[in-house]
Amino acid sequence: MDTSFSEADLLFRDEVKNFFSSAYDASLQKQFESFNTYKDAVIEWQKRLYKQGWIAPNWPVKYGGTGWSSTQKFIFEDERASAGIREVMPFGLGMVGPVIYTFGNEKQKEHFLPRILKSEDWWCQGYSEPGSGSDLASLKTRAEDDGDHYVVNGSKIWTSFAQYADWIFCLVRTSTEGKKQAGISFLLIDMRTDGIKVNPIISIDNHHSLNEVEFVDVRVPKENLIGEENKGWTYAKSLLAHERTGIAGVADTKRALFNAQELARREINGGKALLENPLFQKRLSDIEIELLALEFTELRVLASVASGGAPGAESSLLKIKGTEMQQAVQEIMMEIAAHYQGVLDTEHSSEVIGHEFGSSARRAYLYGRAATIYGGSNEIQKNVIAKAVLGLE
Amino acid sequence: MNFDFTEEQVMLRESITRFIQEDYKFDERRRISKSSSGIDKEVWKTFAQLGWLSIPFSENSGGFGGGPVDVSVIMEEFGKGLVLEPYLPTVLLFGGLINSAGNEEQCSDLLPKIIEGDLFGAFAYLERQSRYELTDVMTKVESHSEGFILDGEKVVVLNGLNASKLIVSARTSGDQFDREGISLFLVSADADGVDRVSYQMMDGQMVSNFRFNNVSLGTNSLIGSLGEGSELIERVVREATVAISAEALGIMGELNRKTLEYSKTRKQFGSAIGSFQVLQHRMVDTFMAYEQVKSLLYRAVCGLAEDSDDMECIVHALKALVGKMGKQIFGEAIQIHGGMGITDELDIGHYAKRLMMINTTFGGEDYHQEKFNNLRYDYHSLA
Repeated sequence: MDTSFSEADLLFRDEVKNFFSSAYDASLQKQFESFNTYKDAVIEWQKRLYKQGWIAPNWPVKYGGTGWSSTQKFIFEDERASAGIREVMPFGLGMVGPVIYTFGNEKQKEHFLPRILKSEDWWCQGYSEPGSGSDLASLKTRAEDDGDHYVVNGSKIWTSFAQYADWIFCLVRTSTEGKKQAGISFLLIDMRTDGIKVNPIISIDNHHSLNEVEFVDVRVPKENLIGEENKGWTYAKSLLAHERTGIAGVADTKRALFNAQELARREINGGKALLENPLFQKRLSDIEIELLALEFTELRVLASVASGGAPGAESSLLKIKGTEMQQAVQEIMMEIAAHYQGVLDTEHSSEVIGHEFGSSARRAYLYGRAATIYGGSNEIQKNVIAKAVLGLE
Repeated sequence: MNFDFTEEQVMLRESITRFIQEDYKFDERRRISKSSSGIDKEVWKTFAQLGWLSIPFSENSGGFGGGPVDVSVIMEEFGKGLVLEPYLPTVLLFGGLINSAGNEEQCSDLLPKIIEGDLFGAFAYLERQSRYELTDVMTKVESHSEGFILDGEKVVVLNGLNASKLIVSARTSGDQFDREGISLFLVSADADGVDRVSYQMMDGQMVSNFRFNNVSLGTNSLIGSLGEGSELIERVVREATVAISAEALGIMGELNRKTLEYSKTRKQFGSAIGSFQVLQHRMVDTFMAYEQVKSLLYRAVCGLAEDSDDMECIVHALKALVGKMGKQIFGEAIQIHGGMGITDELDIGHYAKRLMMINTTFGGEDYHQEKFNNLRYDYHSLA
């Protein structure tokens, strides 16, 4: 057992750090902060990563991956978070890309993979439905056979950034026979097809990133089916079980916790810094102690995957603990912001109102409630561990 | 010992419940929260006509002569309806200070206007640097022969946008953190030298920051005695903390009720999600949290009514518990509602946001727990 970094790792860290500090410049950072320029900022940043050859560290080298060791991937993530840079959009690079290179045919790989790497297509995910949340396999959106096309009818919900998307990857029902999981197929749909309607959902943080996507007689060429008909559930599951780097978000949570600590140093109550307050210290250290452990839990999982172990229910552990830690830090930020946590975005500057981070803390905290709900709610993840790890039926 | 409400209190509760169910439905409340003033002045007039604005004031001021129990009944029901109209800032804080410390002229001028619904008031006590500390005051007042000069800034003033009169805490002697030397002044919100910046909070209420640039105040603007404002502030905030805890209880009850209802109708895996034991146990926990808050609230309300001498401790305990249980209750409500819980469309998130703001009003969970600890476990004073 050895958890130190090699000389080469340290050189790699410098290289990554240098790249981030020059490529992620102040004007791009500003673009990320406004909702109006957010989409352009995402695409521009991802193009810069692509140019550097670092857009898809987790992909196999032959499809455009970096061939990094798990230590290098860890360093990359750690430096990204330390530089205050968000993760790339997961829908293309983390989700549909791996499904296409694992289960797609040559034509699909040739067409879609380069476009994903170059951020030429914005992807969104069509899994949940109004009646199918935690019970995803009960989904009802139908794809009916019509010669060389499917005709799709139904609706998907909680679709992040569907308003920007060029393509959506969907789980659709192609059969109602047998087990409900057995009649599901994995279909790629061009968002410009007739019959698709995107209805915005305003979330608890007063922003619009979520949508409901309706399909009415949408004709999809059969060449957009991934793999075999009625095998979509297997592909979707493998996606969930294989794309695990950063699922716990430890690097970002560490950075957020460090920020919180610095802010608490400056926040004064009755002449004493909040950071000196024993109750506050207890809140902070409760998180930090678990985070120290979670960082190594994540590394243990990565190491076991790198040495050929099949990742299984460990991803559920990372998801549960990771999202709990994220929410705990968001809560700490609300604690620091005190009454300023309530400030809605306003035309007045933070100097006028009196707090520079109240509004962003509020948005992060409120939208952060979704983390224990999406991607398979934490209750579902616990069921997975109970069954697959503890053998409880 | 008696935990029953009087017939009058039961009728008061019923009349508010009816008003909210018929005239203050969630869509109506949403409309009001999006209006420029953030409140509905017609609704306020209705409150006056129904006598609700007169409840805490004595009969010789034209009030109903009610006590903390009556106020808690009103606030609990307002919590259920997420009422935006400024009962807490105008009636309980502004009115409460005038009622307890105003001179005859101030009382006879202002209290009837409050009771008639003709005056919106606000209490400006927070400062940029003060966080939750009531006696961290840097705003200054200098006395001279014809009155006073006020200079400084107050922030996050509840009902600041709509208030025409303010009560401002300011330092007339001593240093920033001294408990002594703080006085209260009545200030017109549109007086020369007063700058107001208003902004909306996540629970819909409009608050303001006020900048006072050498504002001239007459001799009759002082409320209570010079330099002895801290005790007045602490008393009114203590009463208001109990009142806002009652509002929180109303919200917690609604969140639990709505979540339970949803769990019985939302089906996944072929069953209502309320049939899953893991959710049952968590809803039992939030039910118990609600009952515990209710008990401590009753203890505090009775303590206020009887002027019991452990009130300081009890109110810190209550506010700490409201903060903690509130977080648990809205957290479970959102989680059990799943995706729907994080939409703006559903009322669940709005109840959650009001509970969050209540937690920050007059100090959060940790602030009150620390004060409680200092009172209870200070071994120097126990010796």
